[in-house]
Parts: sequence; structure tokens; C-alpha cells
Amino acid sequence: MRTKNVTFKSPWLPYLLVAPQLLITAVFFLWPASQAIYQSVLRQDAFGLRTEFVGLANFRRLFADPLYFDAFVTTVVFSALVTGISMLAALVLAIMADRVLRGALAYRTLLIWPYAVAPAVAGVLWWFLFNPTIGLVAYALDVLGYEWNHFVDGTDAMALIVIAAAWRQVSYNFLFFLAGLQAIPRSLIEAAAIDGAGPLRRFLTIQLPLLSPTVFFLMVVNVVYAFFETFGIVHATTRGGPGNDTVILVYKVWRDAFEGLNLGASAAQSVVLMVIVIALTAIQFRFIERRVEY
Amino acid sequence: MIERRPLLSLITHGTLVLGAAIFAFPIWLAFVASTHTGREVNRGLSLLPGDRMWENYATVLGDGLSTAGAPPIGLMLFNSTVMALAIALGKIAISLLSTFAIVYFRFPFRVLAFWTIFITLMLPVEVRILPTFEVVADLGLLNSYAGLSIPLIASATATFLFRQFFMTVPDELAEAARIDGAGPMRFFRDILLPLSRTNLAALFVILFIYGWNQYLWPLLVTTDEGYYTVVMGIQRMANSGDQLPQWHLIMATAILAMLPPVAVIVAMQRLFVKGLVETEK
Amino acid sequence: MAAIAIRDVTKTYGKLRVIHGVSLDVDDGAFIVIVGPSGCGKSSLLRMVAGLEPITAGEIAIGGRVVNGLEPRERNVAMVFQNYALYPHMSVFDNMAYGLKIAGLAKADIRARVERAAAMLQLQPYLARKPRELSGGQRQRVAMGRALVRDPDVFLFDEPLSNLDAKLRVQMRLEIRQLQRAVGTTALYVTHDQVEAMTLADRLVVMHNGVAEQVGTPMEVYRAPATTFVAGFIGSPSMTLLAASVAESGKGLALDGGGLVKPRDTALPEPGRRVLVGVRPEHLSAVSAPNADLELKVTAVEALGADTLAHGVLCGRNGAGATLVARLPGGTRIGPGETLPLAIAPGATHLFDAGTGRRIEPAGR
Repeated sequence: MRTKNVTFKSPWLPYLLVAPQLLITAVFFLWPASQAIYQSVLRQDAFGLRTEFVGLANFRRLFADPLYFDAFVTTVVFSALVTGISMLAALVLAIMADRVLRGALAYRTLLIWPYAVAPAVAGVLWWFLFNPTIGLVAYALDVLGYEWNHFVDGTDAMALIVIAAAWRQVSYNFLFFLAGLQAIPRSLIEAAAIDGAGPLRRFLTIQLPLLSPTVFFLMVVNVVYAFFETFGIVHATTRGGPGNDTVILVYKVWRDAFEGLNLGASAAQSVVLMVIVIALTAIQFRFIERRVEY
Repeated sequence: MIERRPLLSLITHGTLVLGAAIFAFPIWLAFVASTHTGREVNRGLSLLPGDRMWENYATVLGDGLSTAGAPPIGLMLFNSTVMALAIALGKIAISLLSTFAIVYFRFPFRVLAFWTIFITLMLPVEVRILPTFEVVADLGLLNSYAGLSIPLIASATATFLFRQFFMTVPDELAEAARIDGAGPMRFFRDILLPLSRTNLAALFVILFIYGWNQYLWPLLVTTDEGYYTVVMGIQRMANSGDQLPQWHLIMATAILAMLPPVAVIVAMQRLFVKGLVETEK
Repeated sequence: MAAIAIRDVTKTYGKLRVIHGVSLDVDDGAFIVIVGPSGCGKSSLLRMVAGLEPITAGEIAIGGRVVNGLEPRERNVAMVFQNYALYPHMSVFDNMAYGLKIAGLAKADIRARVERAAAMLQLQPYLARKPRELSGGQRQRVAMGRALVRDPDVFLFDEPLSNLDAKLRVQMRLEIRQLQRAVGTTALYVTHDQVEAMTLADRLVVMHNGVAEQVGTPMEVYRAPATTFVAGFIGSPSMTLLAASVAESGKGLALDGGGLVKPRDTALPEPGRRVLVGVRPEHLSAVSAPNADLELKVTAVEALGADTLAHGVLCGRNGAGATLVARLPGGTRIGPGETLPLAIAPGATHLFDAGTGRRIEPAGR
């Protein structure tokens, strides 16, 4: 790894400088992570008095558990929908904003602020809008002949958390798409226009291919968001219900640890999640390396 | 825009206005609900603000929702502010120092230190919930501002950003400073820090929002209402068990909970965009 | 003010040795220019004097004090960088005052010193400005001012003029020299520009591949280059070098392309020795064919106004096939394709050993 060509010399100062960061990393990141791995191969009796080494039994049980499998499927569906919807909506808005000469900044201001709204608060807002008895959207749907009830219907509940999660994420994606579009040299698009390509064709043959790194990058970021940062949405609204229809993996880890008090199972789930994050981070970094070469 | 087609322009602006409206719609309704009485809200369906705004906001700020077991929102807002500031400033401080060491010194274990910091990227709170909780409990940090903030202030993102920035600072500046007689910390304070101002501000915006919007962590480490943050506190109202939720007050709380981070983003839009785009690079 | 003594200094980066034992004595108050192509080690040498690079082996002393282990701040040197290295967030005043503040001088003293330096450099109107609000030449002056206020033992200049345009470079060159004379501080100046080197230096150090090939006054170096490298590097256009042997008669040089030239006023070494014959373009003159030492088939002509440069290939009896440049008076009318008879000025022929490239100083001189 590179340093500066010019470096300072001191036998102790650099250690003092990195110490706070390393201390916090060790105490609150490395130690708990190793504990999670350690606990994932242990089983505690009901009173927490005895623990025994059980090897991979926790994992075997986890993968054999239909509830865990369901949570997995739920998470994948949830992530795919959130990523797809939020990226598509953001792309359309970004293309429009990129076409606008005047007022682009005003539109950006109007579109970016939902990013500041916490996922949990976003969840509560939409929870209110879709409330079957008093919510305006639920009422509108009722007029259209659809009887919305996320307390009873699992699909409705899922739709609710997808909308809440995507609503907030559109802002983020919009910013990156707009930055990506504005980074494309104007002259390229003008050249295509002189070659006789209309707006749609220009978008498909020039802008979209040049935007593909951004698309890929956002896909990874959105999946990470949907997997890990949406706990608040679920916890503040559906609480996994109805039944287990909106239990996503992160919610399940928490519930098994703090409500089920099943340490081994929760630790095993933590380890699985760690593997997923590491895989996603690796993908993201390979991508960054590639982009650096440009 | 290259073509000047009125129809295309119309569609463009139409889409943007519609998009902005859809974005604002839930917030508008939340605001409307927060200005009516509970009974009016539960009757449903008003699109225009009522006349109870001051009463409702005064109620949540001062008293909270006693029926839902939540403390006054004023206190929660204060807690959120403390937590968000501590996380943002803490992350910036420790990352600045460690990055300075990693970029401007050569010392044994330098690369190891970098990778140790890097690993934090791969271990969000969500994947190590229980053991992290146990550590904080063992350290006696439950229900404290320290417990709310310190475990979240290690940051690979900030370290990356600063490293990227420090690498663009010309070497000659450090050399000139050495010739002028400045030691490492003097160089850090007099030259590097002032040059990092814009980056610091941009990062601060991002991290403040990150800290403010924390949910799972405060949920884990606070059982004492006195330390609730507003974002995690709001769920206690929405899920108030058998009682009918007091939607007018919940929505007032939601508005208050989103006001500070939204204000920060809108006021510091340029820095926010810069910070966001650069931290994710 | 102090003398500098550099003794057998070497520098290696990993396994790569960039400086192979350079020794140099700089008198107190002298202006020394180290000149050479990029990668010759001149900047590394300067940075070792500054204390920015550790010295691999050898010794550097400033004012009689060995400074090898000392930090830059303990050496009392000041440096002007190629890109000026001004602190972008500080005003001109603060840039110049920074070193003095660190040294703990009193405010009034700092102000007095900065203002004196600013007056010398005509910077008074700009003291409150930031570097980005200044032109290139003004920034250069601020960098000079920062060195000046410190009242150091030694000024170090690392290619300070290479970011300026040609006209400004000439002007700043003169100013630097005047300032250094006025304050009398020893100066070590690194450049790749031979014009800067010639005009600024009391003494010149020509470096090549980590070795100081020659040390001397500019005119010494010009008149008697010690090696073929120095011969080619100092002087523009470059000296032409023709391969030859000393004729068996001992009365002329047999050029490899054929023919015999008899340089006037030049003592020749022993017959049979392989040599390189060096002739500067300015020491060639157009003559009538019978008096010619060489005949040039002109391929290109560059009319510079004051001079005209004729590029071509030798033809005729002597040295056919070698390329050569002649500098002729400005008005000379000549075109490509013509044949130009040339004479070498008396005493202007340089001889170098063909094997070592070292100058041959004939016995008796």
C-alpha cells in the first residue's frame, strides 16, 4: 500500500494516532465478530448454565429450518423489489432532470431530501397512509375495489415495506444516476444527435452503456441496504407479520437473540450474514478496482 | 436538451413534478395529520391542515405520549442530537488521526492497521448484534450516551475518504513545512486540517444523518426511557398495543424526527452530494 | 551564511544507486548551480542537503557542522520548490511568516522581517492575498520571500523557474541572482536548463548518472568540457562529435568518414590514438572552398534572426556521412541542398578519448 514519498519519522507517534480507531475496532467489531463465530458452534441449555460444543449442528439446524428458509426467500424477494423499483424510478427521474436545463437544481432539492428520513420513520409514514381504517391510500384502493389490509394479508404487508424502503432509497439512486449522466460529455450526445439519433436512441446506445458502471455499483449498494439497513422499517411497522410473512434475515437474527433467547441459532445466523456482507463487499471492491483503471 | 420539442419538455417537467409530488405526499399527509385532533384523524381523510398544530407539537415536545410509555419528544430529540453529533465528530476525529498516521508515517504493522480498519466495513452492527450488545453490557455502557455512540464510531468509510484526500495533497507542502520547522502534529494542525475543511464538512453531513437515523443500536442498548432517541422511540407509539394509536401525535413526532436531518441536507446540499458521491467511490 | 562541504555522498533507493559518491565544496556566499538531465541525481543531492532525504553514505557539513542526522529545521536551510509549495489556505503574509512563527519569534519581529522581504520582492500590495489569487511570477516571489525571511545559512532552489513562461523566467533569473548577491547567502540551485546554469552560477556542477562530471566556472566548463557528456550538454546547439584517429604522421586527425583535418592551434596526442573530435556550431564559419576544413551538404536551415543554423551531412573529402550543425551569422543566405564549405576556428577543436569519453589534455598545456 502506498504512503507519501515524504514521511515523518517518530518511533511512537503513529501508534498513538491509530490507537483510538484500532481500540474501538478491536473491542466493538473484531471481538464481537469472533464471539459470534465462537457461539455459533456452541449450544446453551435452557437456563444458560451449561454450554457445550456442538460443531456445525447450529448451522445444520438452521439450514433445515423451514422458517429460516422462508426468511431467506422473503429477504431475496424484498431486496429484489426494493432494488428494482427504487433504481428504475430513480433512473427515470434522473434522465428527466438531466434533460432540464433550468431548474435542475430545484428538482434535485425536491428529490433528495427523503434520503434524510430514517427507514423506521419512513416505515411509520407509509404505515399510516396504508392504515386500513384511516389511511388515505387504503381508502383510495378501497374505492378502486381493492380491500387493503396489511394486518391480515402477507402480500399487502410486503408491498408496504417495499414501498417504504424504496421510497427513501430513490433519492440516493437519483443522485448517483444524475451525477453519472452529467459526467457523460455533452459532445458525445451532440455527436449522436448530428448522426441522426433521437432522444430514445441516444439514451439506449450512448447514455445507458456509459452509465452501466453506475448501474452495477448501485445494484450492490441497494442490495446491501435492503439486506441490512431495513431492520427499522420492519420492526417499526409489521414486526414480521402477519405470521412470518415479512420476517427478513436481519429481523430474524434480532428476534431469535432478544425474544427467542436462542444464542446458538442467532450466532449461526450472524455468521451467515457476515459471509453475505463479505461477499457483497468483495464484489463491490472488484468493481471499484475495475473503475480505477479507467 | 438538444431538440426543442414542446411535448417532450412537457413530459419531462411533468414527470419531475409528479415524482416530487409523490415524494412529498406522505410527508404532507403526516403534517396534515399532526395538525388535527386525534378524533378528526381517526375519522380519516383530510388533505388540508387543521388548527391544532401548536397544541399537538407542544404536547409531544413537552409531555410525550404518556399512554404509550414514551418520554417527552424534547428529551428524545436532545438524545438524538447528542448521539448524532458524537458519532459524526467521533468518527471524523479518530479516522483523521489514524489516516494521518497511515499515510504520513512508515511504521511496522502499518498495513495491518489499515486492514483492521478496513474489516469494519464487513461487520455492520446487524451481523453481530448479540455479542456487541454483550460487550457494551459488560463495559457498563447500557443506557448511556457513551454506549449509544462509541461502538459506532470506528469508520472505514471516513478513513478511505481521508486517505484519498491526503494522497492528493502535494508532497511539497509537507516538505516545505518540514523546512519551515514544523513537526508532524504541527503540520497536521496548521496545514492538513485546514486543507481538509471541505471534506470534513461533507463527511460531517453524511455522518450526522447516519447517526441520527440509527435504529437498531439504540433499541439494543437503551432500556431507560431517558436515553431513547426519537427515531427508535417512534416505534413505541406506533405499536402501542391494544390502544388505538394516537396518530396525530405520532405524526407530529415523525415530522420532528425527520426535520433536523432534512434541514441539514437541504441547507448543505452541495456538501451532502459531494460527501455522498465521494465516500462511496 | 555558511560554506557547504559534501564528501563522498552516495544515495541508494532499495537496490538502485542514484548517486555514486559526489564530493563538492561550496564557499560561503557562493552561488552553485547543479545542472544535468532528469534522473541524474541532482534533486536527490539537493534534498539530502535539505534533510528531506536520508544520506546513504558520506557526509554533508554546513558551516563546518555535520548535518547527516539532523532534521531540516535544525539545519537552518530554506528551500524554494519547483511548484512553489505555498500553503494554499494561508495569506501571502502567513506563508512567509509560518517558519518564523514556529521558531517562536515575537510578532513585531516577524512583521518587520516579512515586510522587509516583501519590500525587496515588491510583494507589499499582495500580503493579504491567498496564493491562488496571484500570478505565477508572484507566487514564485512569495516562495522566494518565504526563504528570504528566515535568514538561513543556505538557500536551496529546486528548479524554481521551470513552471514560468520564457519571458518571466529570464526576469526572475536576474532577480534571483541580484537578491542572492544582496543578501550574500550561500545558494545551491538545481536546474536542467543550461542557460539558467550558465547565467546564474559562480560555479557549475554538471551531473550525469549520479556522478559529478565536472565542477568549474561556467566559462571553464564551456571552454574545456571534461567529458563528452558535458561537451554535449553545455552549449546550444550541441557540440558535434566526430569519430577519428590521430594520423600516423601526428600532424592531423584522420576522420572515420575519410580525409584528414588539421586543427590549428591544437596540440595532438600520440599517433594512432582513437579520439572524438568536438566542434561547437559557433566555431564553424563559412569560407571559400579552398580554405575549407569540412564540406556540409545542407539538409535544413533554421533562421533564428541573429543567427542561422545550418544542419547537414558532411560530404567531400573529409568525414563524409557524419551529421553536423553550423551556426552562421543571421544574414547568411543558404538553402537546403547546397554545399557549404566550413572552416574550424583556431584553437576551437576539442579532443576526447574515444573509449572513456574524457577530455584529452595534451602534454605541455
